[in-house]
Amino acid sequence: MNVAVLLKQTPDTESVIRIASDGKSIVTDDLKWIVNPYDEFAVEAALRLKEKHGGSVTIISWGPQRVVESIRTALAMGADTGVLIDDPALERSDSLGVATALAAAVKELNPDIVLCGSRAVDYDMAQRGPMVAEFLGWPHLALAVSVDSDGKSVTIDRPIEGGKVVLESSLPAVVTFGGSHAVWNPRYASLPGIMKAKKKPLAVKKLADLGVDAAVVGAAKVRVTSMEMPLQRAAGKLVDGGLDTAGKAVELVRALHQEAKVI
Amino acid sequence: MGKCVCIIAEFRHGAFRRVTYEVASEGKRLADALGVGLCAVAVGSGVADKAAELGRYAVDKVFAVDDPALENYLAESYVPLVADVLAGCDPAAVVMSASVDGKDFAARLSARLKAGLAQDCTQVVCENGKIKAKRPVFAGKCYGWCEWAEGALPVISCRPNVMDCLAPMEDKKAEVEKVQVSIPQTRSCVKSLDLDTSGKVELTEAEIIVSGGRGMKGPENYAMLEELAKVLGAAVGASRAAVDSGWRPHADQVGQTGKVVNPNLYIAVGISGAIQHLAGMGSSKFIVAVNKDSEAPIFSKADYGVVEDLFNFVPAFTEEIRKLKSSCS
Ligand SMILES: Cc1cc2nc3c(=O)[nH]c(=O)nc-3n(C[C@H](O)[C@H](O)[C@H](O)COP(=O)(O)OP(=O)(O)OC[C@H]3O[C@@H](n4cnc5c(N)ncnc54)[C@H](O)[C@@H]3O)c2cc1C
Ligand SMILES: Nc1ncnc2c1ncn2[C@@H]1O[C@H](COP(=O)(O)O)[C@@H](O)[C@H]1O
Repeated sequence: MNVAVLLKQTPDTESVIRIASDGKSIVTDDLKWIVNPYDEFAVEAALRLKEKHGGSVTIISWGPQRVVESIRTALAMGADTGVLIDDPALERSDSLGVATALAAAVKELNPDIVLCGSRAVDYDMAQRGPMVAEFLGWPHLALAVSVDSDGKSVTIDRPIEGGKVVLESSLPAVVTFGGSHAVWNPRYASLPGIMKAKKKPLAVKKLADLGVDAAVVGAAKVRVTSMEMPLQRAAGKLVDGGLDTAGKAVELVRALHQEAKVI
Repeated sequence: MGKCVCIIAEFRHGAFRRVTYEVASEGKRLADALGVGLCAVAVGSGVADKAAELGRYAVDKVFAVDDPALENYLAESYVPLVADVLAGCDPAAVVMSASVDGKDFAARLSARLKAGLAQDCTQVVCENGKIKAKRPVFAGKCYGWCEWAEGALPVISCRPNVMDCLAPMEDKKAEVEKVQVSIPQTRSCVKSLDLDTSGKVELTEAEIIVSGGRGMKGPENYAMLEELAKVLGAAVGASRAAVDSGWRPHADQVGQTGKVVNPNLYIAVGISGAIQHLAGMGSSKFIVAVNKDSEAPIFSKADYGVVEDLFNFVPAFTEEIRKLKSSCS
């Protein structure tokens, strides 16, 4: 089974986010970059599918040169090849544009299944997976917390508010990954894995190589025009005043009931 | 300029979800600002009989796509059906919920319509006919305002529990038009649906959340939080440390790789307040922290902090709330 994983590089989740002087982007100079956690789950799932069915795992990512490092991380985990779409049109693009380019890269590879994160922990768009599926004309199954395949179809568990659904689709299909570290427990790259990754093939492409018109992809329908920080919370207060445990309980209930009026 | 603001109603298991009323309320404010009417597209089995009630939340007209084959939400069938209805009603903006299904649907629908989507918005404004939507990014570490290109159709999904709900107009009914459709052939399907009937409150919709972290020391101690939650009518959440330890199901995880929640009151018990946890609950209206370490970072975010051993404090607190509830009723 040939698997393609759409992988995005995102700032480390520890990052302090600061707004840049243009007022509509963030300062990236001092950021540490990681593989988007949900995409790491997708890589883990891809490797498990490969272990079961054979075939190959290809990582596809659109971003600047620094993204090579994240693709290599996935290759070190066990993926076979990488494709980096390095084209500045990305900067002017929106989700539709990114998904158009990713769909074109997928078409070229012609995999049996595409796995991706349910959302990237940068702009939290939660858009590209279903969009890529729509552009490919494939079904998609979203927010998987389990995935299984017999080689012809794919089945996932999808948590919804107040329960879960089991979804199934024939292949080819797109699956987006939810869950958390506890669910997927993504493997670490081993030292031999890291050595091997350096020699694995990694193709760099421009949009034109994929037959995608940069002008179309760059014509964003929606864009971020300004950014702002959340309101600083007023300094909270400690429920203390020399009270004992019971006294603090009484005082907290009073404060929540009378001041905050939330209980 | 389109003829109406169109909302997408979420009809599940025989009823509209509450978030649909929030979406209708937000849609109404937008429609008023644009000087157009408010319509809705509602898909589901049996939805046509219930659709008129959306009038209570200011919807003028509902396009009902009703068929037994549409019992369960499936992106592959719902999206083309709704896209066809929208093509017929020329909307100025499309608004829906950023629920689990809503986000999924919004993304695929936008691709089909080639429309720009602002997902999970917390505020929508309209100045001189120009729509702007605000959404949390970087897990709420900051906000981005989205604007649409000239002539582009805005598609907006609204974060649950954020938009103010109109007071229902009890006797108002929406006009319902049953849309004749042919059900699309799909390659995907819903194999089964498992609803939790225990009456558990859903985290993303809860007014109050009690969350426990590594300080809880073991799965058995969550009984104490369940008890507190029961008295408060709250949902129970957890930190990643608790979920990774296998004490709580992953569905309970709050944070950057868990659920982003937005309750009136969030009570963090034995949680240190790591940046990834704060990312999931930092926009709660009131935050209470219970931690025995007065230096824990969670205190810098808490409106009320209690430096205590949770094993002593939680039972005492639960008891006090019980007293308050019985004196109120
Ligand atoms: C990529 C990535 C994603 C992540 N995503 C998430 C996420 O979605 N959600 C999340 O929560 N974390 C997430 N984390 C993990 C996060 O960094 C922290 O490790 C985690 O939140 C810590 O959980 P905790 O506060 O329960 O545990 P700890 O940090 O160990 O804190 C336990 C607290 O309990 C207190 N305590 C102990 N005993 C008692 C007692 N008897 N009475 C009172 N207080 C007591 C201690 O003082 C301490 O402050 C993520 C990390 C990474 C790298
Ligand atoms: N630039 C990109 N390159 C490759 N995959 C991407 C890119 N952007 C988004 N994705 C994929 O789409 C998923 C959802 O991203 P988003 O819509 O940005 O939240 C991510 O988890 C990735 O799998």
